[in-house]
Amino acid sequence: MTEKDALFEYLLRLGDNALILGHRVSEWCGVAPALEEDIALANTALDLMGQTQMWLGLAGEVEGAGRSADDLAFLRDAWDFRNLLLLERPNGDFGQTMMRQFLFDAFQTLALAGLEASTDQRIADIAAKALKEATYHLERSRVTVIALGDGTEESRARMQAALDAQWPYVGEMFAADAVDAAMVEAGIAPDPAALRPAWDGIVLPALHEATLSVPDSDFAHRGGKDGVRHTEHLGHMLTTMQWLQRAYPGATW
Amino acid sequence: MAATRLSRCDVVSRATTEQVREWLDGVPDPEIPVISVVDLGIVRDVTWQGDTLEVAVTPTYSGCPATSVIAMDIETALRNRGIDDLRIVTQIAPAWTSDWLSDKGRARLEEYGIAPPRASGGPDRCPHCHAQDVERVSQFGSTPCKAQWRCRECLEPFDYFKCI
Ligand SMILES: [Zn+2]
Repeated sequence: MTEKDALFEYLLRLGDNALILGHRVSEWCGVAPALEEDIALANTALDLMGQTQMWLGLAGEVEGAGRSADDLAFLRDAWDFRNLLLLERPNGDFGQTMMRQFLFDAFQTLALAGLEASTDQRIADIAAKALKEATYHLERSRVTVIALGDGTEESRARMQAALDAQWPYVGEMFAADAVDAAMVEAGIAPDPAALRPAWDGIVLPALHEATLSVPDSDFAHRGGKDGVRHTEHLGHMLTTMQWLQRAYPGATW
Repeated sequence: MAATRLSRCDVVSRATTEQVREWLDGVPDPEIPVISVVDLGIVRDVTWQGDTLEVAVTPTYSGCPATSVIAMDIETALRNRGIDDLRIVTQIAPAWTSDWLSDKGRARLEEYGIAPPRASGGPDRCPHCHAQDVERVSQFGSTPCKAQWRCRECLEPFDYFKCI
């Protein structure tokens, strides 16, 4: 794998994480449990879509095959996506959605802070922009997880169930592979494995405050960021997300 | 001979960048029309590159849907002033911060009923009655740049311009 290929793969991971989570969160638009939450989720999704445009736009530029951010978002099939499995899982209830957001926001703020120091100026610039938004998202998802965990008997039970269901998808965020190694080597990106202690430092105290028990298994599902084995949920999501461009290729407005 | 005279004429009539900034100060933000795109701090640079006027614009939030409308409004405003050769470039670094909001913009926001951003992360008073007893309703609001607050004195809800 050349450094250019690794960089393209890495940018797809950044872009696809933002795109897939952004699309999932946007599914709440109009149906969230309260108006304020609906607006907050829609705004979060919007930030993620903006970040997607920047990351996938740069990915297309690096690839040099003339593919735009839109081409990459709407014309690839499931096996070409490079997002974390955690992010393609269906939303479940509001508690699951916020737990997923919290687990990812904590990781994303750390990853973006590392990318701000990237030797690739284009990446450092996008990261600096995205970090402001991710920090704001984390502030909200953290407080919401704590409030719902340390809430009523029912909300606590739902948050514990959300944590138990999503914990096996946490490990993939920190699992480094050859693409990560190439990025670390070139000074482009931080080593994801090295972000774990800082992530624990954000997440574990919050879960404790939320009165939730952290599952003791370290088992981690893999196959999203390298595209080897996505869950069955991604394809279903893409049929909705890509429908218009598939039915009417090249449609614009 | 005629061509020479024409080009000299062009040079003389070319707007200064200060003049262009003044014109841009007349372009309202599409979502908060009481402030201009200059007040918002998103016009980062105005330069002549040869005969082309280049305006560098930075987005407030990366997914803000107003960004493309703003670029179109700027282009329309400058074309109406007779500038045909222009280019609008998106500049993402340094990342936009609400610190770039002008003092005039801050005052106009408050008059309009939107509490201006503050470093402490929340408004110091209600934009309607100026009471200081205010509380946050939600971290997010009707546009990416706003949050929802409420005054406990006059009981009116109000928008707060997020500080980022
Ligand atoms: Zn008031």
